[in-house]
Amino acid sequence: MERDPFSRMKFIDEYADPELVKKLVHLIQSDLEDISRPVNLMEVCGTHTMSIGRSGIRSIVPDKLKLLSGPGCPVCVTPSGYISASIELAERKEVLITTFGDMVRVPNSSGDTLGRFPKEKVRIVYSPLEAITIAMENPDKEVVFLGVGFETTAPVIAQTIKVAVENKLPNFTCLSANKIIPPALKALADNPLSKIDGFILPGHVSIILGKDSYADLGIRGVVSGFEPLDILTGIHMLLRQIRKGIVEIENAYLRAVTDKGNELMQKVMDEVFEIVDTQWRGLGVIPATGLGIRKEYSDYDAEKKFKVKYPEENEPAGCRCGEILQGICIPTDCPLFGSKCLPDNPIGPCMVSSEGACSAYYKYERN
Amino acid sequence: MCLAIPVKIVEINENKRAIGEIGGVERELDITFVPDVKVGEYVFLHAGFAIQVLNENEAKESMKLWNEILSAE
Ligand code: SF4
Ligand code: SF4
Repeated sequence: MERDPFSRMKFIDEYADPELVKKLVHLIQSDLEDISRPVNLMEVCGTHTMSIGRSGIRSIVPDKLKLLSGPGCPVCVTPSGYISASIELAERKEVLITTFGDMVRVPNSSGDTLGRFPKEKVRIVYSPLEAITIAMENPDKEVVFLGVGFETTAPVIAQTIKVAVENKLPNFTCLSANKIIPPALKALADNPLSKIDGFILPGHVSIILGKDSYADLGIRGVVSGFEPLDILTGIHMLLRQIRKGIVEIENAYLRAVTDKGNELMQKVMDEVFEIVDTQWRGLGVIPATGLGIRKEYSDYDAEKKFKVKYPEENEPAGCRCGEILQGICIPTDCPLFGSKCLPDNPIGPCMVSSEGACSAYYKYERN
Repeated sequence: MCLAIPVKIVEINENKRAIGEIGGVERELDITFVPDVKVGEYVFLHAGFAIQVLNENEAKESMKLWNEILSAE
């Protein structure tokens, strides 16, 4: 899932031209001169967090502009109780867990991870479709896929469940912790502690949703791509809105994002999942932001099949991920950052995946 | 995890499967969600699925726009 191995490619490399970057930073500086107060912008997406860290954008824009990292990594916001429930499933003799890679490293609140199981027991997949193949090859096992994702990934997981149905697979289920983004943004915007002036909206989530899906939220946002030029352009457009006192949704990622999004993906997601209340790690329950598997597909719902209960768990003592994800503080404000909590030994979820806020700070902005 | 990378479609096969090329490496992908894609077009690839066809005109437009920014001094 890392992007680095694929660098030097068409439609990626041309978006980092140093001359253009300089020019855009100038524009941002002059935007800021027109605004008499500090500005807080939040990037919602973990891939933005990583890209901002890697490209050093934070260090080249004026201090007056704060870039906060939001709850944009599905792994980071998956509750500890879900991790514990998955570990419990993995303990069952007949179960094989299949999952995206980052999930095996996330500790639950008592420090236990899926990573302690042998590789044959907890299998890392790149695509959920691989879980189908694994289920076919292991008819005597129950294959459970850990469904963790936002709108980019949830339709892919929904399609995988449909493939399982078509193949009448009796031994494939999904444990869904999928989530949707727009209502969570609204909750963040309405939180008086957060003081967010605008959102850099997640590019790939928006490919599926389309620009229009944010229209009714009453928030200021620009949909942005992930290369340095994309992000700087997004920041410039947000500052322009602030300068002019406008609150609207704009699209700076036109090569990928349309107004309506990918309606086929929306349809499949809607067919398989229904909207439920769900818990976000560090943020608590946000109503109507979860995706549960519909009754019609309950044979493929691991929660039903294995009568899964999610234990209520507190966060590790001292971890401030919750406040970080709300833009109330930054990773370096956490007393455990860089001392007890390290990428090799993460205490909280934000230090786990390369796109977690604490991990990106540790890698790129520690000084 | 919400990462999606542009890959070039080099072959379209049966059952909504296709071959994409990225940085000289070929890999198989599912094109259920972009049924009208053609060989030679770029798609964004996420978790084994093409999730959108890249709009080359818009890509050129934003490059043009940026170049205008660059020359506007
Ligand atoms: S540094 Fe570690 S403990 Fe502190 S907020 Fe980040 S993840 Fe949590
Ligand atoms: S860290 Fe991993 S799970 Fe989180 S957004 Fe990035 S790729 Fe996705």
